[in-house]
Amino acid sequence: MPRFLITRVASGLGVLLLVCLFTYLVFFALSPDPAVQICGKNCTPEVIDQIRGNLGLDQPFWTQFFHFVVGIFAGRTYGEGVGAVECAAPCLGYSFQSSQAVWDMIIQRLPVSATIAVGAAVLWLLAGLAGGLLSAVKEGTFLDRFTTGLTLTSMSIPNYVLALVLQYVLVVKLQWLPFPQAVAFADDPGQWFANFVMPWIVLAVGYAAAYTRLTRANVLDVLRENYVRTAYAKGLAQPLVWRRHALRPALTPIVTIFGMDFAGLLGGALITETVFGINGVGKMAADSIARNDQPVIMGVTLLAGFLVVVGNIVVDVVYTAIDPRVRVNA
Amino acid sequence: MSTPLLRATNLVKEFPVLGTGGLLRRPDTFRAVDDVSFEINAGDTLALVGESGSGKSTTARLAARLLDVTSGTVELDGEDVTGLGRADLRRFRSEVQVVFQDPYSSLNPRHTVERIVTAPLLYQQRSIPGGARAFTRSLMERVGLDPDHSQKYPAQFSGGQAQRIGIARALAVGPRVVVCDEAVSALDVSVQAQVINLLRELQREEGLTYLFIAHDLAVVRQIATRVAVMTQGRIVEEGDRDAVFDAPQHEYTRKLLDAVPRIRPEWERERRRNAALAAGASA
Amino acid sequence: MTLLQVRDLTVTFPTPRGPLDAVRSLDLDLEPGGALGIVGESGSGKSMTSLAIMGLQPRAAQRTGSVRLRDQELVGLSEAELRRVRGDRIAMVFQDPLSSLNPYYTVGLQIEEAYRAHRPGTTRRVARRVAIEALERVHIRDAARRVDHYPHQFSGGMRQRVMIAMALSTEPELLIADEPTTALDVTVQAQILDLLQEIRRETGTGLVLITHDLAVVSEVTDHIVVMKDGVCVERGPVEQIFTDPRHAYTQALLDAVPRIDDEIGALRAVTAGGAGDAAANDKKDGGPA
Repeated sequence: MPRFLITRVASGLGVLLLVCLFTYLVFFALSPDPAVQICGKNCTPEVIDQIRGNLGLDQPFWTQFFHFVVGIFAGRTYGEGVGAVECAAPCLGYSFQSSQAVWDMIIQRLPVSATIAVGAAVLWLLAGLAGGLLSAVKEGTFLDRFTTGLTLTSMSIPNYVLALVLQYVLVVKLQWLPFPQAVAFADDPGQWFANFVMPWIVLAVGYAAAYTRLTRANVLDVLRENYVRTAYAKGLAQPLVWRRHALRPALTPIVTIFGMDFAGLLGGALITETVFGINGVGKMAADSIARNDQPVIMGVTLLAGFLVVVGNIVVDVVYTAIDPRVRVNA
Repeated sequence: MSTPLLRATNLVKEFPVLGTGGLLRRPDTFRAVDDVSFEINAGDTLALVGESGSGKSTTARLAARLLDVTSGTVELDGEDVTGLGRADLRRFRSEVQVVFQDPYSSLNPRHTVERIVTAPLLYQQRSIPGGARAFTRSLMERVGLDPDHSQKYPAQFSGGQAQRIGIARALAVGPRVVVCDEAVSALDVSVQAQVINLLRELQREEGLTYLFIAHDLAVVRQIATRVAVMTQGRIVEEGDRDAVFDAPQHEYTRKLLDAVPRIRPEWERERRRNAALAAGASA
Repeated sequence: MTLLQVRDLTVTFPTPRGPLDAVRSLDLDLEPGGALGIVGESGSGKSMTSLAIMGLQPRAAQRTGSVRLRDQELVGLSEAELRRVRGDRIAMVFQDPLSSLNPYYTVGLQIEEAYRAHRPGTTRRVARRVAIEALERVHIRDAARRVDHYPHQFSGGMRQRVMIAMALSTEPELLIADEPTTALDVTVQAQILDLLQEIRRETGTGLVLITHDLAVVSEVTDHIVVMKDGVCVERGPVEQIFTDPRHAYTQALLDAVPRIDDEIGALRAVTAGGAGDAAANDKKDGGPA
């Protein structure tokens, strides 16, 4: 493993620990007493104290934080005796409201969220790159101006509005799409696709617009580079000049941004999943916020942080592969 | 002469090498300036010449206190200025000023000439003698600019004129030493000649002292009184201008001088003769 | 037969204030194996001339006149026909070798691609051998290994050698070098100029050298064209231009050149024809493009 990767992973772990500490600190300060929540309605102060002792809530902050971090790697047990709950590694906390470990709740919903995220990413990459390239090739023409106008419009529509409009038009009015029902891909690919196509579009539209503009700007910049002039002076045909000398330099920065955007998708999924009533990680987070289910919110926050850190490292690795200048010279 | 006006002794500047440091490991260092000493007497021009990477510009920046030395001392008029704090540095800046290579990028494009040339005085919280307008006008006249243009912006001037603004800004505080860091290198030959003439004129009339950084040896021959040749962070030869140009001692100096393209001297002599004949004929 | 014959070459740009000639009614002549210097200050139109010869002027510009390479007229050729000339019969070397080479590809690939563009059906192995030989010809040591290096792994002078190797790989009849040494250190400049001379001697390639540096043209070329504001103000054999310049601008330019041999009192300022400091033509580089 190259040295820089070790450094990156190490600093990534450091960042994650800080994220952990910060979120834990916030929830530690803001959290309603879990003991009260567990205790339910007819509760006496004595019982609450007992629960608190059981869960270690009477211990100092650092001790609790330490247990939390250890729990992520080794798992932990909340409480003692009959009422004890197991939380296997990786233990991101335990939701006493749902009587379930946060990690299990996330894992159940992750496939759905991942489907939405990957589908949307594919969609916006294709649309953004194609739109940007087309716009750059036809710079200054009607098509270019039209694309620019379209991207500006798309970027200014909030995605929950778009979601509601799409749902109304495509499902209710035109009836091009069936009402969503839970099906697995293997059972009915058509229905599966129909279920996901709207969330994909809604999540992808804003990114697609941004990527169109970015691609267009990058390609036009690169076309002004001296080495493109050199390529023409060598007698290369325009398609080859574009393909070899313009595209690769123009698209390299997009890799970076794509990595970051993809890693940060959880926030977008929160709105999209909620609007379409899809039971993914995003909707779970939204519901937990409504219910004030602290451990779940915290677990999702940590997951988001983890994805961003991993995304960054992946981007760095990919970047060294595609840009020879950042490769370490022998 | 007793004390030189500007003296640098055993200057060393090291830069960290990017990407070599770690959390606990100190980065490798690159020694850009390696034990450089020189003196400039009042009214003289010392030219530091060398190729890219020779350390000449870094040396100039150390001498002008734009960079902190790794070790060594800079003295102005016998006073050690190496460790000056903020307030004292301000006083130093009114004695030593810098003119940079690219006039456009070293002048704020959103400020008028008046604002640009009076800014150094304002930073130093000094009053502007005779008011900003009159002060700017006289300064512009000194550097050969039309004083009526004091409310214009840098982009409205040509390259040579913009460099004159840079010189005017340097002169505003009434410095004794001006460090010219490749100050005429970006200019076309016709404009370059005018700026060189201006610098010489200012020196003759006002007794300025120059530290002149250049890679162009022909330019250096026109302006320097003393020459120091730098390569790889060190001065390899220093001497009076004509001695260095006519009888270079160090192998590197000879190599450098040999490499300079030149117009054949016999062609040059013939051209002068022809020009004189033509002038005589038309007279 | 004349290698390059340019007649009445004009490059016009549309501007809000009406059409502007970056190059106007320019004539050039170059015999096979000869070296022609085009000298001028920033904005003189000298770089635009070199691009216009190749048909590489910016799309907004209009080019008229005649450019003949031996017996072939280049103005009016289709893109496809022009491509067969570019890089094969006329090759170019630019000012800044770092930005003129694509940082994403090895120098070998960039040379191979120039060669293969004009020799369809060449295998990669043959092209690679051509690339290594081209690097060897410009005296890059250890060429077989260096061929796989990227541009950033070369020094400035070495990069310009790579550019020259690339230009020579197709054995062009004409090499246009646009300020090939301006970005280089003086000792490296001397080496590159020597290399250009050596190539001319050994291959008989014609050379058009575009530069602002009068001393450089005086050493390298045999004929000179002096340009100012898009127009040729004076032309002639190098010795005549340097010993008996007729045009006031040429005279003033020569007076303004700082000499390394001698301090010559006040350098005479260029004023003839309004080329002085106050004129707008000492803006940075490149003409109105």
